[in-house]
Amino acid sequence: MNLEFTYTVDPDDFTRAGEASADIKKKLKKMNVPHEAVRKVAIAMYEGEINMVIHANGGIITVFVNEDFITMVLADKGPGIPDVEKAMQEGFSTAPDNIRALGFGAGMGLPNMKKYTDEMKIDTVIGEGTTVTMKVNL
Amino acid sequence: MTVREIKKLLSCDTLWGEHDLDREVHTACGSDMMSDVLAFVKDQSVLITGLVNSQTVRTAMMMDIVCIVFVRGKIPPEDVINLAADNDIILLSTTQLMFESCGKLFGAGLRGGKRES
Ligand SMILES: Nc1ncnc2c1ncn2[C@@H]1O[C@H](COP(=O)(O)OP(=O)(O)OP(=O)(O)O)[C@@H](O)[C@H]1O
Ligand SMILES: [Mg+2]
Repeated sequence: MNLEFTYTVDPDDFTRAGEASADIKKKLKKMNVPHEAVRKVAIAMYEGEINMVIHANGGIITVFVNEDFITMVLADKGPGIPDVEKAMQEGFSTAPDNIRALGFGAGMGLPNMKKYTDEMKIDTVIGEGTTVTMKVNL
Repeated sequence: MTVREIKKLLSCDTLWGEHDLDREVHTACGSDMMSDVLAFVKDQSVLITGLVNSQTVRTAMMMDIVCIVFVRGKIPPEDVINLAADNDIILLSTTQLMFESCGKLFGAGLRGGKRES
């Protein structure tokens, strides 16, 4: 088994943010991937997808599935993250009030992504964009 | 505790899922910040929130949450109710506030889930 799914994340429609993660969750369930792994992938990808919408002007998500692990690559052309170590801390957020009113900006997304995955890597260049790669073992 | 008992304790209206009120919930989480909700592992939970946009339902979908209780008399727009219906998530609404709602459910024996380490 070697599958690949690609999603374009639209930055202008907050209502639809999370559709890619919901779709992956349904697909993995149908493929009989273990429940715990499905939930980890869904939560981690959802946090990343929301970040792409609220911090980075959208982007592209590619998900690779094989027998041993699931890899998610979230690539955006947003502003980049100036201090990754700081961004990874629980409670750190640059989200403005209008985003907080929508239920995001607790500064828990990146820490959640790390917690729910077995490997996580952030490649970021200021002014060029950010690529977050996450892996969940099966 | 069943969703029906929650409905009774908080005098809720059912926005969706009247046919499904006998489903069991084991844990609860009260928050208006979705990443706080996503930080906790829950088995068959109920989410208590004042946030009524589509991301409340998406968060519930990711976590396999059974039921959402909207506090402070909030009612989500129709597309949000439809999204919940499509994903078998029960929606209740109460005029009670967050603090009282959580307090009543806690008093009736419902507990929070453990945190993912
Ligand atoms: N893709 C991204 N591009 C640019 N900046 C980002 C990106 N993802 C995260 N950040 C920065 O890192 C900070 C922390 O991200 P994190 O997801 O942990 O919290 P948040 O999105 O602000 O709030 P929450 O996830 O709790 O709703 C953000 O506030 C933002 O400054
Ligand atoms: Mg975030």
